[in-house]
Amino acid sequence: MSWFSSYVRSSIGAKQVMAATGLAMVLFAIVHMLGHLGMFSGQDAYNAYAHFLQTLGGPKWIARGGLLAVFVVHVASAMRLVARNRAARPVAYAVYKPVRSTLMSRTMAMTGLVLLAFIIYHLLHFTLGMVQPEFFHKLDQAGRYDAYSMFVRGFQNVGIFASYLVAILLLSLHLGHGASSWLQSLGLRHPKYSPKLDKLGPAISLILFLGYMAPPTAVLLGLIKLPGA
Amino acid sequence: MSTMNLTVHVWRQKDARSPGKMVPYKVSGVSEHASFLEMLDVLNEQLIDKGEEPIAFDHDCREGICGMCSLMIDGRPHGGQAGTTTCQLHMRKFKNGDEIYVEPWRAAAFPVLRDLCVDRTAFEKVQQAGGFVTANVGSAPDANSVPIAKEAADRAFEAAACIGCGACVAACPNGSAMLYVAAKLTHLHMLPQGQPERLHRAQAMVNAMDAAGFGNCSNHYECEAACPKDISRDTIALMNRDFTKGTFAHRPRDTKGDGAG
Ligand code: FES
Repeated sequence: MSWFSSYVRSSIGAKQVMAATGLAMVLFAIVHMLGHLGMFSGQDAYNAYAHFLQTLGGPKWIARGGLLAVFVVHVASAMRLVARNRAARPVAYAVYKPVRSTLMSRTMAMTGLVLLAFIIYHLLHFTLGMVQPEFFHKLDQAGRYDAYSMFVRGFQNVGIFASYLVAILLLSLHLGHGASSWLQSLGLRHPKYSPKLDKLGPAISLILFLGYMAPPTAVLLGLIKLPGA
Repeated sequence: MSTMNLTVHVWRQKDARSPGKMVPYKVSGVSEHASFLEMLDVLNEQLIDKGEEPIAFDHDCREGICGMCSLMIDGRPHGGQAGTTTCQLHMRKFKNGDEIYVEPWRAAAFPVLRDLCVDRTAFEKVQQAGGFVTANVGSAPDANSVPIAKEAADRAFEAAACIGCGACVAACPNGSAMLYVAAKLTHLHMLPQGQPERLHRAQAMVNAMDAAGFGNCSNHYECEAACPKDISRDTIALMNRDFTKGTFAHRPRDTKGDGAG
């Protein structure tokens, strides 16, 4: 396997590790967003979906383990790449004018780090219940965890809404570059498809932004309410 | 003919070991028909007249084909005019009274030798690692004896237009050399003569690029915008494919008794 470790350490191998792990997380982000759109189908349906996920058992832990591994590899390899890239330009230019790169591409490390912090906060909030413990793991009438009410109570709080808005904005910026960049890293480029595929990143970003912000915004506007409220 | 007076801020550095700094110079009577390098010639004459050390900068052909000229001008390699080398950049692009910043390429793999001259041996090392084909000695083969599709020949030619100036490295926020290496690989990839060593070549040249201390590609595409020969980032995608194929599908070579390459 020595060829594999030198592949991963090579410049192109490292790009492709970023691409593959990034792509896996984008797919997760899409599924995760679709799940939350279930907030629009009411308490019963949403709690049933949450209950289904929570009682998956083995597969749930395999998925969690896999995601964690993908995440750790993505972050660790990003940090290594940033360090190498800084070292490759030891003296900065007095004047430097980028023309082709975008704000999104140049801020990947920064948006990535903030997202890392956000994801920890998000897990503390909804998975471990440490941000709003008073609303965590309450039961609904069917005896299931009332994820629906937890969601509503969370986003009725303007501060929490604002923090998620900022995080989802940064996610969109990160994927505006990342969700098309992986194609180039894997060498998937062809004049027939690339002009369309170059728009993939911005398109995925926009869809995720709208999809993720729709349920919290509906809560804040009072369109999604607590049961009986 | 109108002439102009300019202030040129130039990176001055005595040698590879000394620290350097930006120094402002006034240069007067520059013709709008002069090239950027000729403007520096005028400035150097004026410095010599004053008994000062002239500015060292690389140049050779002064017609855009050798790749020696290598100046970062106002934050863009070769001054940022599309498809243009520094030697072909004309002073009519500037205005009387302009302040112009001139710096050497900045990359760990391209150490500054003096003032605006950098050492680009790293490119030669990459080229030596695989940028060749193996051909039989003896009389030259008949022209066109190997059929090559027009599209393939065109793409090979576009990549072969690379003059190895290093503007791609200079423009890249990460100091990555991927456009250069990809151009060299694409040139040979597109031709039948390049096929026998194709996957091995991609491995060897990418490894040499990494060893030289260039940065990684983050797909910013500044290289493509800076290239005076308009080489496309499509070449990088092609290199990524060949490198991947070489890694996962290529059978290891028997290196016993192996000669060059
Ligand atoms: S001096 Fe030869 S390309 Fe500019």
